Amino acid sequence: MALFRKDLILELRQQYTLYGVLLYIASTVFVLYLAMGQPESETWNGLFWMTQLFICTNAVAKSFLQESRGRMIYFYSICNPVEFVLAKILYNLLLVAIMNLVNLVLFVSLMGDPTVSLLPFIGISFLGAAGLSLIFTMLAAIASKAMQQASLMAILGFPVIIPQLMLLMRLSKLAFAETFRAGVPVQVVLLLLALDLGVALLSVILFPFLWKD
Amino acid sequence: MRSSWWKILCVALLFYTVIGGFLIPVPALRQLQETIRNLYFHVCMWFGMMILFTISVVYSIKYLRTLKFEYDLYARNFAGTGILMGILGYTTGAIWASYTWADPNNPAYASFGSIVREPKLIGAAMALLAYFAYLVLRSSITDLDKRARVSAVYNIFAYAMLFPSIWIVPRLLPSLHPGKEGNPALNFNDIDARMRMVFYPAVIGWTLLGVWITTLKIRFALLEEKKLAT
Repeated sequence: MALFRKDLILELRQQYTLYGVLLYIASTVFVLYLAMGQPESETWNGLFWMTQLFICTNAVAKSFLQESRGRMIYFYSICNPVEFVLAKILYNLLLVAIMNLVNLVLFVSLMGDPTVSLLPFIGISFLGAAGLSLIFTMLAAIASKAMQQASLMAILGFPVIIPQLMLLMRLSKLAFAETFRAGVPVQVVLLLLALDLGVALLSVILFPFLWKD
Repeated sequence: MRSSWWKILCVALLFYTVIGGFLIPVPALRQLQETIRNLYFHVCMWFGMMILFTISVVYSIKYLRTLKFEYDLYARNFAGTGILMGILGYTTGAIWASYTWADPNNPAYASFGSIVREPKLIGAAMALLAYFAYLVLRSSITDLDKRARVSAVYNIFAYAMLFPSIWIVPRLLPSLHPGKEGNPALNFNDIDARMRMVFYPAVIGWTLLGVWITTLKIRFALLEEKKLAT
């Protein structure tokens, strides 16, 4: 918990990284708006998840890459790996949830709102953001051990992330159709939740092996 | 000749597969006709790939438990042969698709786009990409011990994510490729009795061949290590 607080405080003090990512979201969406105007629902959906993916990569990547070697050794001496990775996961979940909200607000205000009902779509987007942040937290931990970390993370991450993205796009496509009024398809949501849980479990199990250097 | 009985079995089964696969009569379905014989090769490649990847993950887990250097070598080489079988699976699939899916009125490349968009093919491509990423990750870490540890972690992680991409997601999407309702080759009602006679031995034969190739590669790699050490 203390570690979680440390990350949070660090984020609030070093605001340039947070603002950097926020600026990144704003400029991406603005450029998309200039290029596309107000696209149809299908295009909107695709663009939304693509920006979400890249925001997640950028926001989560730095959570491990920003830690200097000396600081990692310090953490190594004061806490056990499970606590450490849980703190990272929680912090990244919070971070990505905020980014998701900003992205969503910008998308709806600039590129229009093609959804039939916005509320379920907001829920789906948070679910998706959580899944993306979980997977990328683990991948950032792996990539931070290798050289050329940032580009390696993309290479490692994209094949792994695609099933999740496919499920999410399929789920959110329903938010644009009239059939959505019948209720959110529970099966897919449960599948996604199970995937998220599995990723979190795997991170907790596997991270201790990455930890010792 | 270490444990050579299964190598003999492998050769015998593969001879049986090729001879029986081309000679034993098959039911003539309107769409498939004789191309169904490709089942003995195409489907077996994917079975072999999955089995080899599974073995690779088992060795990765074993490596993390014991930190014995050979297990890392095993995991890497099984993944390598798995990739090879995956590529062969694509090749045989492409041959099959060019007779069954491609529009005969157009040249084959005209149908290429719609075949590439198949969810099953994309799922399999993701699996292969993940293992290519595994190889890239390995080559980007120079420290031997660290490389083994980090790549073992990625191997387990990627494998756990692979299952949704190969087994679950494509089944949710519309596809021309058979196998949406279950495992077509494993279901007893789906496949003709005469074909089962060849198909199951074929799966075992091709998988054994994959294992054989891998053991040779591992032995070669171990010898190289030994030479470096002296």
